[in-house]
Amino acid sequence: MTQIGWIAARSVRRTLRQPALIVPTIVFPLFLLAVNASGLSAATKLPGFPTDNYLSFALSVSFMQGALFAATTAGAELATDIETGFLNRLSLTPLRGVAILVGQLAGAVLVSLLASLVYLAVGLVAGARLESGVPGAVVVLALAVLIGVGFGGIGLLMALRTGSAEAVQGLFPLMFVLFFLSSLNLPRNLIETDWFRAVATYNPVSYLVEGIRSLVISGWDGEALALGFGMATGIAVLAFAGAARALRTRLTRT
Amino acid sequence: MQGIVVDGLVRVFKGGIRAVDGIDLEVAPGEIYGFLGPNGAGKSTTVLVLTTLLPPTAGRATVAGFDVASQGPQVRARIGAALQEAALDQFLTGREHMELQGGLHGLSKAERRARGDELLARMGLSEAADRKVGGYSGGMKRRLDLALALVHGPSILFLDEPTTGLDPQSRSALWEEVARLAADEGVTVFLTTQYLEEADVLADRVGIIDRGRLVAEGTPEALKAEMGRSTVEIVPAEPERRGAFAQVLARFGEPAAAAPKAVAVMLDDPTDGLAELIRALDAEGLKAATLEVHQPTLDDVFLQKTGRHLEGASAEAVAEPEPEAAVARR
Repeated sequence: MTQIGWIAARSVRRTLRQPALIVPTIVFPLFLLAVNASGLSAATKLPGFPTDNYLSFALSVSFMQGALFAATTAGAELATDIETGFLNRLSLTPLRGVAILVGQLAGAVLVSLLASLVYLAVGLVAGARLESGVPGAVVVLALAVLIGVGFGGIGLLMALRTGSAEAVQGLFPLMFVLFFLSSLNLPRNLIETDWFRAVATYNPVSYLVEGIRSLVISGWDGEALALGFGMATGIAVLAFAGAARALRTRLTRT
Repeated sequence: MQGIVVDGLVRVFKGGIRAVDGIDLEVAPGEIYGFLGPNGAGKSTTVLVLTTLLPPTAGRATVAGFDVASQGPQVRARIGAALQEAALDQFLTGREHMELQGGLHGLSKAERRARGDELLARMGLSEAADRKVGGYSGGMKRRLDLALALVHGPSILFLDEPTTGLDPQSRSALWEEVARLAADEGVTVFLTTQYLEEADVLADRVGIIDRGRLVAEGTPEALKAEMGRSTVEIVPAEPERRGAFAQVLARFGEPAAAAPKAVAVMLDDPTDGLAELIRALDAEGLKAATLEVHQPTLDDVFLQKTGRHLEGASAEAVAEPEPEAAVARR
């Protein structure tokens, strides 16, 4: 536990000293939100659209993008440690592998929490309505951070497998494709193209975004929340199991 | 206290490259052992195996009395290592590095502070301690790296090319500190280098490695003495009498390679040869513009054992691969 604390403290410190990691994570999704909210608000006129406030609908997209930024950060930070040999330095101490994995995520979790708070605040000020109220806001943050942890695990896995920060950055557009093939920008029931709807239905990203969205636009929806938290936990577990394996392969210390 | 014992050590990488190809060596406690060889000779791979970061393919090695393959944690508790290219976090300060390293080694807060301050002061980093490492010079980074390696009071220290890329002043400052550690605190030092001077000045004993094998080993003095004879190189004051010089010189040993205007001889008798040679030249009325005596260097040892010069030998050597399974290094 103390070991995790040391690695986490370093990760947080490092992250806070790199505004270039934090600022885009906050600004870029807000920028997209502004563009989408003004340009796509007509979508609310579609029959069957779940809300008449497009900003509320689009707000959940920001949380997803924020989690993605945080994940890339976590992966790239670990990859940098591999490239510079810092991981070698850590391996020469009695540090256990699990502490590296969990501790390294601390910075990313912090960024994703900070960013989520800003999205929520900006969204509410700009006129989004949070149907689930204040307790809902807490759950939104919790789910957003959990998604950040899951994606962060994928970032760590990539970092350990490739050992290259560039390769981890390459994950970003790939994940973006996965994002767009989900119900991120349109509710699934309104996706007219059959294959697109099928892909979106099988895409776990749909359930993550729908979990957050349900809290914003429809209040407390047990099924959406269960699916959202379930998917996020599943992704986190799988990613961490993979990352732990990749760490064992990479750290060949005896 | 025990040092390092290496017995038939082999490390093969994917593709069958034998980076370390059967090395035997022993380092006594408190000794500074210089591992000298060109780039890609297998120095770093040997260090990775001895520091338990890479398992050996065959052979055995014990460090501080513990087997590197089966007793990794015990070995790591007793060694400190500064691996190639000081691996530091440019966003942390020197003091934060010391804190982190001390904390991971399980030192208490008071110990961390005392030890950190002491080591930072000793390495001349007290003033820079609260600045981010990103702004440190190369020499400061190497000194911080050394301080970090010492935080838990190891009895054996591994330094992988500690002065590569440093300016001469930083280099000699680091040498002094390493020499002091061995002399005053009895720390055993295993040091790799591609610099002849570093091995010569700093090491009690030198092992010369080429293509994964130890080609020579001994004290720098003994190794050079094995090469034996010094060479005398003379530039005649009157260039047209170069032939006459060559005739006289030939009486004292075999001709040696010399600069275009010079003649040179490798003395058969290293003790009295020089005096006799000068008397002989004087007797013939031959005047020298310059006269230089070259003592054999470790490069001559390397040349004799491998047929190549140490400097530039790396170009021909098999490039040392990134350890496939190990943590990547730059």
